[in-house]
Amino acid sequence: MESLIFYLLSAVTLISAVFVVFLRRPMHNVLSMIVVMIGLAGLFILLNAEFIGMVQLVVYAGAVMVLFLFVIMLLNLDQIRLPIDPREGRTWIGVGTALALLLVLFPILRAVIPSGTSAPETGQTMSNTQIIARELFTTYLLPFEIASVLLLAAIVGTVILAKKRS
Amino acid sequence: MEHIIKPILIIVGVLLVLLTLAAGLIWVERRLLGLWQDRYGPNRVGPLGLMQVLADMIKIFTKEDWIPPFADKWVFVLAPAIIMVAVLLSFAVIPFAPEIFVVNLNVGLLFVLAMSSLSVYSIALAGWSSENKYSLIGGLRAAAQMVSYEVFMGLSLMGVVMLAGSFNLRDIVEAQKDIWFCIPQLPGFLIFFIAGLAETRRIPFDLPEAENELVAGFHTEYSGMKFGMFFVGEYLGIILISALTVVLFFGGWLGPVLPPVLWFFVKTFFFICMFILVRATFPRLRYDQLMAFGWKVMLPVSLLNLVVVGTVILAGGF
Repeated sequence: MESLIFYLLSAVTLISAVFVVFLRRPMHNVLSMIVVMIGLAGLFILLNAEFIGMVQLVVYAGAVMVLFLFVIMLLNLDQIRLPIDPREGRTWIGVGTALALLLVLFPILRAVIPSGTSAPETGQTMSNTQIIARELFTTYLLPFEIASVLLLAAIVGTVILAKKRS
Repeated sequence: MEHIIKPILIIVGVLLVLLTLAAGLIWVERRLLGLWQDRYGPNRVGPLGLMQVLADMIKIFTKEDWIPPFADKWVFVLAPAIIMVAVLLSFAVIPFAPEIFVVNLNVGLLFVLAMSSLSVYSIALAGWSSENKYSLIGGLRAAAQMVSYEVFMGLSLMGVVMLAGSFNLRDIVEAQKDIWFCIPQLPGFLIFFIAGLAETRRIPFDLPEAENELVAGFHTEYSGMKFGMFFVGEYLGIILISALTVVLFFGGWLGPVLPPVLWFFVKTFFFICMFILVRATFPRLRYDQLMAFGWKVMLPVSLLNLVVVGTVILAGGF
């Protein structure tokens, strides 16, 4: 049952990812991207990481993609349909390179990232959320804080850039 | 056998009750608006105008269901479905009574927030796919408004999560045995309710469909049952926010004497009436007021609330 759901979700995610690249109306690409995000959230939940799955939905599917949508709605990109590139050979070189990269990267990642370990046995006493919170504020405190400062700097930067214009 | 049949019965029951309630609310809202604005409201069809609901349903089902030739057909059809799916899915994690719930999800609250953030797409896509300037402006406003107010909605709920120590809605209700969270979390409740109004796009936050400037906003081009889905989706949204308010701040099913489900229903109905009262009394905000109010008032207040709750919990107050 679990592997059936896994293959189903992966298929939906991968097919939508292909649509992101190949559909011709920008809005449809964004919609496919949203489906990819939802599929990824499903995969996280399947891995017993329901907290990360939900955050994936809220942040990526719910907020980041809305901003993409916003830009496309504002720019009215729709009238500009992507022209078919006369130098089609280039596209295929790109596809070939991507495939080659995947072939190289896949075994390397397989070797580096420990595989086959299922989610740690959480038991009944601790929820997924609590474990993540504890790890973030103990083991990974420094990277977590650095990421926070980086994000804060980015926020301040955007505000300043936006102010300058007007 | 019972463990298979019972969940199915609950799911079907919840669905039926919700859809009936959403349809019935159209009548309730118009009658209450009439009462509060000193006029009659619908009182011709059947006793007290109750059959008005049926008449409206027949009308909406038999109307021509038109897809504009200039619209993006797929997205146009998809948009109203998204809001129905997202809102109905949210109800899956709401505990109506100790024994009546669809799933007991340990990230239930996050799930509700996720679904509400997905329902933005319904409005934004409806506005975009209609290929109409008014619709597009409505859709843009909806996207900006809902994304902003989602932030405060999420932040306002974190106080409750900290007090209960869980994202599970059942645990949150049970943590309120001694004291309802509306007392220690009064700011959280107020922010949540205001954000809830904005999320359901009700007056005073109904800018996406502001009828005196945008015709009907994002659903200008919709007719028949597709329009009906937006309409029912809005009412389901009101029920959802009311039910969530009850679960998070007013002790869910807890209450003396009466059976738990009834308590839940009565409390939820009270907040639905509050939604209608707000609509009956407030004027619509201007768009810049809406955004300024959100980011300059709601955000600092909800962050401050969070800091205070955190400090109190750390000091061992709860």
